[in-house]
Amino acid sequence: MLHHTVLRVIAKLLIPVIMLFALYVQFHGDYSPGGGFQAGVIFSAAIILYALLFGLDTTMDVIGPDVLQLLAAAGVLLYAGVGVAAMLLGGDFLDYNVLAHTPTEGQHLGIFLVELGVGITVASVMLLLYYAFVGREPGQ
Amino acid sequence: MIEVSVDLLLLGFMAVISLAIVRMNDLFAVAMLLSLFSLLSAGVFTIMDAADVAFTEAAVGAGISTILMLATLTRMDRRKKSHKTRGITLPLIVVSVTGTLLAFGTSDLPALGDPDAPIHRHVADRYIEQSGTEIGIPNVVTSVLASYRGYDTLGETTVIFTAGVGVLAMLGMRRRRKGSKKDPR
Repeated sequence: MLHHTVLRVIAKLLIPVIMLFALYVQFHGDYSPGGGFQAGVIFSAAIILYALLFGLDTTMDVIGPDVLQLLAAAGVLLYAGVGVAAMLLGGDFLDYNVLAHTPTEGQHLGIFLVELGVGITVASVMLLLYYAFVGREPGQ
Repeated sequence: MIEVSVDLLLLGFMAVISLAIVRMNDLFAVAMLLSLFSLLSAGVFTIMDAADVAFTEAAVGAGISTILMLATLTRMDRRKKSHKTRGITLPLIVVSVTGTLLAFGTSDLPALGDPDAPIHRHVADRYIEQSGTEIGIPNVVTSVLASYRGYDTLGETTVIFTAGVGVLAMLGMRRRRKGSKKDPR
């Protein structure tokens, strides 16, 4: 454990803001730069900052590798699921037009869901990579 | 004019950093310089009005990959092993010929931002003119990524997932050990 008081206090102030910014990038991607990929990376960066200061074990208590593995797969499945749902509703694969009453609303819903899937997968995989790299014993 | 000078400044810094990376032996400093290189290229992307790309470069290139490189460095020797340098004639010839060919190849490329370039004559016009009514969201980049090219983005997401699976298969995941709070580094 590291005992940098200043860094810890500042990080505790910053981490919620970084997470909020990640959510903003995720859900405001229709209007401003950003989207699921960037949001996922920023979200995982907030948790990595926590892990740098408070230790890997504490972070794994917050969100464990098992959960992350499930989430990483769930994101891809959500994305592909939107495509399959569009097929079931009579359109082509990933044709969002049929998802809602009007084509534009369908596009909005489809883009929202696939970006969410991308965000979930990217955030989980980035964290898993960090866990895998840092969790190794020295000399292994 | 000011755009060109900022471009030149950023690219000049990037050239200096690349040379420093090649010549340095301290891998910690090299990792930090690579992070700086990514940040500068994010600046170049911003000047080119590619805000989405700049965003990604700053977050992934300057952020996460630096963390991963530093995490790897804690598991290995911090200094690059010195190795005997063999003759430099052959590498120099190969590099010069490749460089000349690349420079020669760029002479055929259309000018940067040329609206008549082939890449801008295909579907770009349609995306810019129609996406507002077809998709109904202002950010054309999001429309292209998530809707027009949704199939590609599905593939990219699968690639990221596969990369994560691959790293876990090679490195494995340490089990959580209750009670032993260890310094992660």
